Amino acid sequence: MNAVPLSWYLILSAVLFSLGVAGFLIRRNIITVFMSIELMLNAVNLSFVAFSYQFRQADGHIFSFFVMVVAAAEAAVGLAIILALVRTRRTLEVDEVSLLKF
Amino acid sequence: MDAVLFLVFALIAVTCAANLVVQTHPITSALSLIGVMGSLAVLYLLLGGEFIAAVQVIVYAGAIMVLFVFVIMLLNAGAERPAGRSFVARYLGVPVLVIFLGLLSYVIQSRLPASEAVRFGEFQGGAPAEVGRLLFTRYVLPFEVTSVLILVAILGAIVLGRKEL
Repeated sequence: MNAVPLSWYLILSAVLFSLGVAGFLIRRNIITVFMSIELMLNAVNLSFVAFSYQFRQADGHIFSFFVMVVAAAEAAVGLAIILALVRTRRTLEVDEVSLLKF
Repeated sequence: MDAVLFLVFALIAVTCAANLVVQTHPITSALSLIGVMGSLAVLYLLLGGEFIAAVQVIVYAGAIMVLFVFVIMLLNAGAERPAGRSFVARYLGVPVLVIFLGLLSYVIQSRLPASEAVRFGEFQGGAPAEVGRLLFTRYVLPFEVTSVLILVAILGAIVLGRKEL
């Protein structure tokens, strides 16, 4: 009982990813939906780092570093889109902006 | 010691993630997400990823989540209205999620080759020096392309954030 197998890390990653999918599907506030996407990205990062340990190579760390960079860019653009959305539609509910043109 | 640390922080991560999904107010979800990211940083440290753990705290829990909390405050986002969900979503959602999780765990346990135990300190390749060497030798082209991506993202955020689109 001194060390845990690597598969536990992968199962934890799967659990977090599934919770992210659930949040993406059931929440209707667009900011919470966006945070669920970030949760899914984090879960995938955990898988990358776990496999990097398995193969004793740092390549997985590089990949999760790039995932973080893309997540930062995505957060900046996505939150700017949310700001523009609220300015024109006055709502945060995803159900009320389901049409592309209106 | 490793097992205790893993179990404690895995439990914190799963609890915070479930709280993120369940809560209706976005600021509570944001604080839960910060909890997830902090405990994931500890798990990265256990797996030997010192650099990635530091970046996780600084970039994710620091920069990105501050951006989220800032936007929530700026928009004065309140709790979402209770949804009139369909019968299927209300009564079958959680069981289907549990079944899906069980399937995933089963596949991970049975299909992967017998995985070794994770021992803290056995893998030293995640130190900043090693990661930096890889970034500037084998991965130098993706690294430079990333800077272009960041530049485009900055320009996009500025254009979208103007008064009139």
